[in-house]
Amino acid sequence: MSETSSDEARRLADDARERVRFEEEALALADQVYRVARGVSRSKEEAEDLMQDAYARAFRSWRSFTPGTNLRAWLLRIVTNLNIDRGRRAQRTPDQQPLEETDYFLYNRLEAATGETEEERVLERLSQDNVAEALAAVPHDFRDVVVLVDIGDFSYADAAQILDIPIGTVMSRLHRGRRILKQELADLAVDAR
Amino acid sequence: MTAIDLCDWCEQVIQEYVDRELTEAEMKEAESHLETCSHCRKRYLFEASLRRYVRQSVPAMSPEMKARLSALRIEL
Repeated sequence: MSETSSDEARRLADDARERVRFEEEALALADQVYRVARGVSRSKEEAEDLMQDAYARAFRSWRSFTPGTNLRAWLLRIVTNLNIDRGRRAQRTPDQQPLEETDYFLYNRLEAATGETEEERVLERLSQDNVAEALAAVPHDFRDVVVLVDIGDFSYADAAQILDIPIGTVMSRLHRGRRILKQELADLAVDAR
Repeated sequence: MTAIDLCDWCEQVIQEYVDRELTEAEMKEAESHLETCSHCRKRYLFEASLRRYVRQSVPAMSPEMKARLSALRIEL
């Protein structure tokens, strides 16, 4: 074997090793990525399609990932971009409904409805289905941020990077998104009874 | 700050406090208020529990889905 072809063989072998390592690391993060994908999707089927497209794209473009940087954030950037591409522009524009003034209003309303003051007992009033339903009702621009921070456990700075928006926008969307979520929860858990 | 001012301030920063996004000095200030004020502590514990609740509301990925993702790997 000539020196050039031996160099080429070594380069190809290194390349294959790197790609395998990338794929393994990406798959090891799939559970965490799925939770966010599920949070920003309207159904399990939609979340699974989104995951499949996102991972296919990630595996194809693995070279554009810089080793040593945050792979989970990189994968979620693909997920959120794909989700936006999937006709979500046709959805309604960000919600403009008036919101409750106090951040504690959900606690206050549940406490008033149940007479309970222990936070865990107050929370028992909510079911996980309530939470999923309420989350689905939050307009997508706000829901993306709530899901990244509350479910993905990302910092504001990471969420800003993933969604390519300023950190101040993350904070304002998070604030409003959580208020909307709480209003939906209050409607489901208190007013429906 | 008076006690009532501190409660108002605490409500304003409670989300950032739960998210651990306050400065170190602000975190300490909030912590020390929450230790002494049961009104704010109850609401803080509720907010923190609600956060956990939201996190748990999303079901895990199915093993079939995991297998489908593995099958997307590019063959060597």
